[in-house]
Amino acid sequence: MTSGTYEADLVGDKEVAPPSHVPTDALVDYLRADRGIRSWLLTTDHKRIALMFYVVIVFSLILGGVFALLLRTELLTPERTVMDAVTYNRMFTLHGVTMVWLFMIPAIPNTFGNFVLPIMLGAKDLAFPRLNLASFYVYLLGCVVTLGAMVWGGADTGWTFYVPYSTTSQSAVVPVVLGIFIFGISSIMTAVNFIVTTHTMRSANLSWFRLPLFVWALYGTSVIMLLATPVLGLSVIVVALDHAFHLGIFDPALGGDPVLFQHLFWFYSHPAVYIMILPAQGVMSEVVCTFSRRQPASYAAIAISSLGIALVGFGTWGHHMFVAGMSEFDANVFGVLSMFVAIFSAIKVFTWVATMHRGSIHFNTPMLYFFWFLFLFVFGGMTGVAVATESLDVHWHDTYFVVAHFHFIMVGGTLTGFLAAVHYWFPKMFGRLYSERMGLLTSFAVFTGFVLTFFPQFLLGNAGMPRRYYSYPARYQWLNVLSTGGAWLLGGALVLTLVNLLVALFWGRRATANPWGSRGYEWMTPVLPPKTNFAATPVIGRGPYDYHRPEEEAHA
Amino acid sequence: MNETLRRLLFLPQQRSTVAHDIDSLHYFVISVTLAGSVLVFLLAAIFTIRYRHPPEEPPTPNPEANYRRPAVLMEIVILAGLLTLFLTWWVIGSRQFVRLRVAPEGALEVYVTAKQWMWKFAYPDGKRTITTLYVPARTPIKLIMTSRDVIHSFYVPDFRIKQDVVPGRYTTAWFQVTEPGSYQILCAEYCGTGHSAMRGEVIALEPSEYERWLADRPFTGGPAGEAYVEPYTPEEGVSPQMINLVNEGQRAAAEHGCLRCHTTDGSAHIGPTWAGLYGSIVPLAGEAQTVADEAYITQSMMDPTAKIHRGYVAVMPSFLGRIRPAETAAIVEFIKSLRSVPRQGPGGEDPGPVRMGGITP
Repeated sequence: MTSGTYEADLVGDKEVAPPSHVPTDALVDYLRADRGIRSWLLTTDHKRIALMFYVVIVFSLILGGVFALLLRTELLTPERTVMDAVTYNRMFTLHGVTMVWLFMIPAIPNTFGNFVLPIMLGAKDLAFPRLNLASFYVYLLGCVVTLGAMVWGGADTGWTFYVPYSTTSQSAVVPVVLGIFIFGISSIMTAVNFIVTTHTMRSANLSWFRLPLFVWALYGTSVIMLLATPVLGLSVIVVALDHAFHLGIFDPALGGDPVLFQHLFWFYSHPAVYIMILPAQGVMSEVVCTFSRRQPASYAAIAISSLGIALVGFGTWGHHMFVAGMSEFDANVFGVLSMFVAIFSAIKVFTWVATMHRGSIHFNTPMLYFFWFLFLFVFGGMTGVAVATESLDVHWHDTYFVVAHFHFIMVGGTLTGFLAAVHYWFPKMFGRLYSERMGLLTSFAVFTGFVLTFFPQFLLGNAGMPRRYYSYPARYQWLNVLSTGGAWLLGGALVLTLVNLLVALFWGRRATANPWGSRGYEWMTPVLPPKTNFAATPVIGRGPYDYHRPEEEAHA
Repeated sequence: MNETLRRLLFLPQQRSTVAHDIDSLHYFVISVTLAGSVLVFLLAAIFTIRYRHPPEEPPTPNPEANYRRPAVLMEIVILAGLLTLFLTWWVIGSRQFVRLRVAPEGALEVYVTAKQWMWKFAYPDGKRTITTLYVPARTPIKLIMTSRDVIHSFYVPDFRIKQDVVPGRYTTAWFQVTEPGSYQILCAEYCGTGHSAMRGEVIALEPSEYERWLADRPFTGGPAGEAYVEPYTPEEGVSPQMINLVNEGQRAAAEHGCLRCHTTDGSAHIGPTWAGLYGSIVPLAGEAQTVADEAYITQSMMDPTAKIHRGYVAVMPSFLGRIRPAETAAIVEFIKSLRSVPRQGPGGEDPGPVRMGGITP
């Protein structure tokens, strides 16, 4: 992917954008451009909306984490430890719903995607700034409805809402699924905005194959969101109608089919895993290129495999249902399709590792998170292939092995991706530098805690402990104790990470415009980007990974 | 080798005809998974050390930044190898899956009904059991299963089998136990408050013993009865006859699923606790109350909705015709034996119900 000639590197049509290291008085940064609470709440600036998402999403992560710690604490002993069975069942539903819909799905696209996507395209804002603001408030409404319903009425169905349990449960299932429907609307708004922006707002000369890889990842994510979310919306609405009016679409007592719900649910929720992991992969592509000072070993391989995952990911949902009573033929078809989707992820892994080869590697916090991501993603992904192997899945299905697997790939992948992004774009978002030493330390602790939490769960699953068990046979206890200890360590490490970043936010050293020496387009802006991102619409005539040229030349 | 790996991976004992083969594939898949992820991680670590930029020096342009020729051939070879590996797993795994799913001709059929939160088994000659499934060892058994309420899942880790039990349709599973013994049944599909307590056991007997059990199963004594009754430690001043009756009552209460809802230690659960119940004043729904004597306890077993303990929901099924008269007497005796066990409610009262999934009293 070399671009042959470089005549006009960065030429505005009226004026040349000021070089990043020259302070400008003309451009007030986005944080100080407008003042007052109204200028935040009613802003259409994608960067401010990103920050508002950021705050709510971090709050969601804390909330979901507290639920997780309560669950793990209950599981310290085989019988009751701190809560009764009903509370436990509501707690794991709360944990799942919060982490999936409040945190993981919007985590990277709505904060970092929102912040850097227009800048990476050389645009002033997203294509539909008001829709972007609406997306935030719809998401907030979803949070209020879902959490309100959970606290006020409680739901004890698990985040999967399997019928007929969910349609017969007297708990507050209807408002909770309405909340999820509302999240779906917010997802679709963001997805439409990202797709249209990528198609129409790229600056002159910025061809598709000069887009940063993070943009490709967000584009793939948006396509999945747009295609899959309506199916989820439809399914949960039917659950609500079944629950409220006894329509009987999923109720066998009225001639309905409970397994149909599982098909519809996983048709969304399997691709939803890629909604969570693709943006994290995009972050990692940026991080590994920046800190290896290399062009990606194969730009096309990473860009196209994002789309490959997005499309093939739609054909594998049945591997969640091998023991639900599907035919052997169906099981075999879903089994083999699942093997193919793993190949696209493998392409990315090889390309990242090959990118490091003969690089000039700068080792710091985002890069360390890339290492953790690599291990969690490969091990989590390969155990995904393992659970897609039909005969093995029979033993593992609905045990802690599956819990450990999806926490490795989905949570481990998204969380390390999120934390890498948090550190990587911190200087650009807030104009400060965090303590690198503390960053590395907390990153080590996060990984140690994570592995200690979930590795014993793989073994628990092997030993046959089913998931969603309030009480368990005593032979499973010591692995559970180990896992709970890991969870506390992980929780502590995340709190320390937050403290480190909050300290940096108020007292951190002032950052320069491009502290990592990146060639990415978003680093061409001043320390803090002005409201319109660039002084003038830039014309981008080079690739985003041109590390063979000096920074001055690349960013001139 | 098999035994070492099995223990290393915390897999349960292999007690069905398919378990060993499935575990072999398990070892193959997991070793490759672990080796693969460590290899990639190490490779990244080696590159980091080998190509590390000195931390004190400012970043410089990297003349190697552009690939002159991407290693397309190497990538294709690696990916083709990986795909071949995955497809090998699929071929072995799907063949094993078909074997797991298709019961041999002439397998012994047992009908399984799941409900919140117990397993019920019906044998071809009309015999029925709750919670405990008796089967002959070394004989293929086919389970024909359905659910009365929500989805459950029949799981025996020692056999490596699992099958969802779905209301409104029948699903099947089969297994052949390799040696006599007792093997735990777990419910693997979340089904509400009592999900994790919805356990049972498969008792595999020698085929000859199974025939004898099928013909008649005496209460005490007899090959099957004696072998699987938990030993009971007698207290001072209790007659041997009483010991047997209390012992039998405890066994019957466990077998019929009573103890899934009623506790014997005075703690709260779905139904009123049995501790200190006998002889106490039971508040009934409305303003009435009654004394918990033999008549009340027996009536509550046979016609549970007649007198509902205040605060509890009428969810208990009638056991009329399901418990033999002798077992009824034994269960009453067992409840009487718990009369001095303290209850955990305020003032030694019944602690009240644990709220069930979906039903708010």
